[in-house]
Order: sequence, then C-alpha cells, then structure tokens
Amino acid sequence: MASYILKRLLAVFPVLFGLTIIVFLIMAMIPGDPATAILGSYATPENVAKLNRDLGLDQPLPMQYLTWLGNLLHGDLGRSYTLNRPVLDEVLERFGATLVLAGTALILCSVFGLLAGVVSAVRQYGWTDKIVTFVVLIGISTPSFWLGLLMILFFAVDLKWFPASGMYAIYGGGDLPDLLHHLVLPAVTLSVVATGVIARLTRTAMLEVLRQDYIRTARAKGLTERRVILRHAFKAALVSVIPVIGIQAGFVMGGAVYIETVFQWPGIGSMLVTAISTRDLLLVQGGVLVVASAYVMVNLLADLVQTMIDPRLRG
Amino acid sequence: MRHVLSAIFMAAALAVASPALAQGTPPGVLVVGQIAEPKSLDPHAVTAANDFRIVMNIYDGLARYKDGTLEPVPALATDWDISDDGTVYTFHLRKGVSFHDGSPFNAEAVKFNFDRMLDENHPYHDTGPFPLAFFFSSVKEVNVIDDLTVEFKLSEPYAPFLANIAYATGLIVSPEAVKQYGADYGRHPSGTGPFKFVEWQPNNRVVVEKNPDYWDGAPSLDAVIFRPITDANTRIAEMLSGGLDLMVEVPPDAVAQFADSGDFKVYEAAGPHLWFLILNAKDGPFADKRIRQAANYAINKTALVDNVLQGTAEVAAGPTPPAFGWAYDDALKPYPYDPEKAKELLKEAGYDGSKLTFYVTEGGSGMLDPVAMGTAIQADLEAVGMDVEIQSFEWNTFLGQVNPGLEGKADMAEMAWMTQDPDTLPFLALRTDAWPEKGGFNSGYYSNPEVDKLLEAARVETDQAKRAEMYKKMQEIVHDDAPWVFVANWKQNAVSTAAVDGFELQPSFFLLLEHVSKN
Repeated sequence: MASYILKRLLAVFPVLFGLTIIVFLIMAMIPGDPATAILGSYATPENVAKLNRDLGLDQPLPMQYLTWLGNLLHGDLGRSYTLNRPVLDEVLERFGATLVLAGTALILCSVFGLLAGVVSAVRQYGWTDKIVTFVVLIGISTPSFWLGLLMILFFAVDLKWFPASGMYAIYGGGDLPDLLHHLVLPAVTLSVVATGVIARLTRTAMLEVLRQDYIRTARAKGLTERRVILRHAFKAALVSVIPVIGIQAGFVMGGAVYIETVFQWPGIGSMLVTAISTRDLLLVQGGVLVVASAYVMVNLLADLVQTMIDPRLRG
Repeated sequence: MRHVLSAIFMAAALAVASPALAQGTPPGVLVVGQIAEPKSLDPHAVTAANDFRIVMNIYDGLARYKDGTLEPVPALATDWDISDDGTVYTFHLRKGVSFHDGSPFNAEAVKFNFDRMLDENHPYHDTGPFPLAFFFSSVKEVNVIDDLTVEFKLSEPYAPFLANIAYATGLIVSPEAVKQYGADYGRHPSGTGPFKFVEWQPNNRVVVEKNPDYWDGAPSLDAVIFRPITDANTRIAEMLSGGLDLMVEVPPDAVAQFADSGDFKVYEAAGPHLWFLILNAKDGPFADKRIRQAANYAINKTALVDNVLQGTAEVAAGPTPPAFGWAYDDALKPYPYDPEKAKELLKEAGYDGSKLTFYVTEGGSGMLDPVAMGTAIQADLEAVGMDVEIQSFEWNTFLGQVNPGLEGKADMAEMAWMTQDPDTLPFLALRTDAWPEKGGFNSGYYSNPEVDKLLEAARVETDQAKRAEMYKKMQEIVHDDAPWVFVANWKQNAVSTAAVDGFELQPSFFLLLEHVSKN
C-alpha cells in the first residue's frame, strides 16, 4: 500500500511539470500582455516597452520560464504584477477559501446524492423514486450561476436570512458562525449539480447490486431489509460511486469559478478569472499549480478509499 | 446517516439564527461597493478609476480639481507661479501639514515623490513600476528652494501640467513610509488626506478612518469601508439587502429600480468621457470624407443613448466632452439622425456597397455596452445600404488589434477615452504625429495640418482663454472632417441609501468623501 501511494505521488510531478509548461505557452500565445492590460488606453508602444522592462517581461520566453522554475524550487512563486504582492500569499489565502467552499459543497453533494440515490433505488418506480428523480433532473439541468442569483434574490434580498456576498461580515464577525452564515448559500448552490449526478449514479449502482444473487441470499437468511440495504448493497454500490465523487470534486472546484464570482467568495476560482483577463502570468501559474495539485490529490484519495472498500482491488 | 443529517440541519439552523447582519451598516461608517479589488494604494502605481476612488481619500496633491469642475485649484500648495515661457512652475507649500505617519510634508517630500517616479536611478524607483509617470515626462528636474518652496523645471512648455498635478498620479505619498515598506508600500499607504489608512483585508475590505487633524477640516464620517464586489448583480443585491451605503457604476437596468424606491438616492453627472468609432481614413471607403459624414448621419445616436444605454449617457457632438467646460465648444451640434442625407452622401461619393469590417470589443474600461451598441450601429448602417461585418474581441486582444492601426484589417472600430485634460485625447489620437507607427493612438490615420498646428500650439499655451479658443477651433474642424463617429458621453452614476448626505459625483470620476455624512 505504502509503495503504491509513493508511486502515485511520484507520478504527480511530471503531470504538474507538463502543466506549467502548457499554461506558460497558452498565456504567451493569447494576445495582449500585462503592460497593455495595466495601461489600458495609454498603452503606447513606448509605454508598454518601458513597463515590460520594469516588470522583467522583456526577457525571452524560455528564459522567463526557467527563472520561474528556478524560483519555484526555492518555494518562491514570484510576485503578481497586478496585485503587487507575492503570488504564494495570494494563492494560499484564496485556496483556503475555495477549500472551505468546495469542501462543504462536496460533503453536501456526497451526503444528499448518496441518500437520494439509495432511496430512489430502494423504492424503484414508486412515488418517492419519481419525485426524487424529478428533483434531481431539475438540479442537474439548472445553470449554477443562475441558481446562485435566484438564491441571493430570495434568501438575501427578500428574506434577509443570509448575506448576499462575501465570506465574512464586513464589520464584526470573523468567527465560525459568521463563516457558516456566509457559507450556506454558495455551498448549497455549488453542490446542486453534483448532488444530482451522484444521485443518478448511486441509483443505477444500487439497482444493479440489488439484483445480485448475494442480496437474495442475504434476504433469504432473514436479515432485516435495512441491514441488507446498508451493509450489503450500499457498500458494494459505493465502490463504483466513489471514483465519481472524486471526479465531482474536480467538477465542484471548476464550478467554484462561477459561484465565487456570483457570491464574491474570495476563492481561487474568481482569482484565476481576474488573473487571466489581466494577463497576470505568475498568478495564473501559481493558481493553476495549486488547483491541479489538489485535483490530483483528491483523485488519489478516491482511489485509495476505493481500494480500501473493495478487497478485489488490493493487489 | 441520520446523525450526519441532523448535524447538518443543526448547523444550518444555527447559521440562520445567528445574529443576522443585513440590519444596515453601523452609524458613522460608510460602506462603499467597489467594482474590483484594488491593485495597490500607492497612487503612483495604479491606473484604474477603481483604485483612484480609494487613494483620493487618503492623499492630497499639490493641486486638486475645484468642486464640480476639472479646473486645478490649490491644495497642498497654497499657490504657484508660472514663468513667462511656461517652463518653470514654482509651488508655495502649505505650512504645518503632516503625513498620517507623523512625518512632515515639505519641499523635500515633494521632490522625493516626483524623483521616485521619474528618475530610474532613484533609490526607491524600484518600488514601482509607475505606469502613468509619463504624465510628468516633461519634468526635467524638481528643485527644493526652501522648506516650503519647490520648483519644477520642464523641458518644454506643457499646458496640461497642472491638470496632471491635480490628477491621482500627482498625489503626494509619505517618503518615510516608502522607505519603511519599500515594494510593499502599496499595502501600507500614508498620505495627508482626510482619511487615514487602517487595514486592507485582501478580497474583503479596505478600511480608512477619519483624520481629525486634516488641514482642510476633519471629515464628518468616522470611517469608510471599501468592499470589492466584481459582479454587478451581486453589487445590486448587496445594496438592496443593506450591505452597502454607496455604490458606483450602477448598470442601466438597475438605475430605474433604485430611482423608484424612496430608500435610495441616485446620482448622475457627466464625465470627461467620449465613446466613438474610429474610421479608417487611410484605406477603404472611409478614406472619403463624405462617407465618414454619412456614417455620422446614419447612426441613430439618440436611440443608442436612450434605448441601449437607457439614459446613462448623452449624445456626443464632437471630439471634446462637455465636461471640460472652458474648452468645450457650445456651438457644436451633434450630427442629426438623417438616413436620407446619409444615402445621398453615399451616392454622391459613389460608395459601391463594399463590405466594411467593424471591430467590436466584448468589454473594457469605459466601453459601456459595446456588443449591443455595435450591433445597433451595424443595423443603422445597413439600413442606409452599408454592408457591415462585425468582428468581436476580448478587451486586451481588441486593444492589441486596434492600437497598432486599422490599415489593411478593418474599416471601423469602437473606442472610448476618459481623460483629465482636454489636450490628452486629441493630442494622442488626432494628430498626424500620433499615427500608430509614431507611437500614438491615431489608429484611423486622420491627418489635417491645421488640426496638428492648433493642438501643438494649445499644448504650450499657458493662457487658458487662448487655449480654449484653439480647442474650439479644433473641434469645429474635426467635427466637419468626421474622422470618428461621435457617439456618446457617459454619465457616471452612483446610488446611495437615503441616509447618506452631502455626496456629489465629480467630473474627474473621483469619489470624494470628505464632505459626506450619514444620518
């Protein structure tokens, strides 16, 4: 097991290395440069050239990349042109916020997705199944940014139960209840689509398992239905659902881009959107690096959990 | 499973029950909705109106714009003398003013500020970069005459100098604070202004508090909190739910909603902004003046302003916005909407119906609603028989296409400018010497020797009345030559709660909170 984890971890490095090169090339290929973005209307060739020199962007591209890589090995991700602060500080702060949001959404979608899936499988073609399936399909097909706006309109503007935006209150606050209060709307919004996907897959997986012979055997042994479903069927179905949850983790992080913008959540998704539009290369590099590492780690974790549940996968 | 669920419901219930916010903001504290996180609070390092809105309240310059105008009047300098040849400006400084960090404001401090920006060998030049330092590129040297007198020597007469001194790039920072924080100064600002910097929580808030010792009288507010909220809809929702006292750049759709409610006040003011179409006067149909004029007649600007922009802009008459009171030619009338006249001119010029390429941006500073406007313009031009094909770009890519010139690529392009002096836009975008290959923004290659002469002369003329004459003459000629389609002057807007008093928008687009109070 330990050597498996180690092997998987080592495989991460070439992936990340390739990724940094791709990001670097894409950022170099898209038209527009940070100096033009900063100067806007005043971007004369002369002003742009001077600003690029001041920003250290007049070096040839491979040189810039190597400098960046060299600094990275010393744990230095450089300084953001647009924010004028170390990329590492900004990225870690932002990533922490995203982790709170995406983590909560992932827990919500796993719990409710699995629950809905199991319930509708057990009551296949019954009313509960029909209602759950209907709600789940609506959930899957609702664009999350639009749902977010509706949630703000209803729960923040009309009912005033929750704040419309931000992560902490603007004055006072800053403690856990304050954070939870701000977290409810964005986390629920973010989890809706993923909940639907997990529910659909859990239902299918459960139905398949429930048709197996060993379930009939379990029932024949006289076990309670509750025990048959939770201990025997659910555990087996979970094996095929867990990798999906792993993929949903990536999906949730991707979805965070919209949700963070709508709810003004100070996460890494909204940071990347801004950084790309201002051509802040180092900030984009740092952000992508962290998000990609997290994605790889979550999938590794999903694989490990799957191996632990399913003895057949242990080799 | 049941336990997990009940725990989640408990947490949700707890969150709902926790002492709700949304009860409005605390008394004496003004919460301002900004459109983005500030880049820096070093006024010399920033370029965006969004950042200027904060720094204008922390710092003062030697001069500032007189309330409601763009005319420079004394601020940290009590008065100034200009040499007859217009190359030496001597500023007499206000006595007894200190920076928020306690260090004194004096001639040495002024010299430090401009040397830091302009002199590449200055020990603190590396605390930049200073993208707008070229506003002062005519400054040859800054000399300390005595503790309260400082002299600027210019390499050539440059009339917009005072307007630039009063601009955000001319604000004076504390040299001691720059020395202490170095490259991080932008996060630890110290000025002489009505509000002192307290804290900057990234992506959450910037807080400034009352400067009780302010030389121009302490402000009425105890503190101001600037909140970055990038999404316009979210900003509106925050305003409606009581999380903001004041917001700027309200989308047209929402203005009416706020105006109809008794709980809010809506503010509007014309700004030094011009939205126009650059026409390619070098190759293609627009090389003919009659076809350029036809485009001006064919486009229904009133409909654009009323319907697409929902009244948040006014129809532009010429190249200079009316906000530049003294330099604006009142006699100038916008081209009327007259499709018949346009057709006549097209026929007269022998326009053969050839396809016109129209560059449209998808967004960008001051560009208002560029896609909807571009589409409406396309429809108007097609109605008089011009075949227009739109190509749209993301803003930075768009600038990369337009700024190097339209020759061989496009016939027309959207553009907008906002400036602090009537000199800037025409000088950078209408002169022959401002063609792209010469480093300017005349992307449509307009050239008229008389306009060149007027603009060069106005730039070195220090007598405002004489300058005004030249600008008015220039506006008449350019209006007739029609190198651009003059479309709209944006009215900036803001919304506050009814409790906010004494707030007024400035033509500079700065947000000045010194005289604002909250009941």
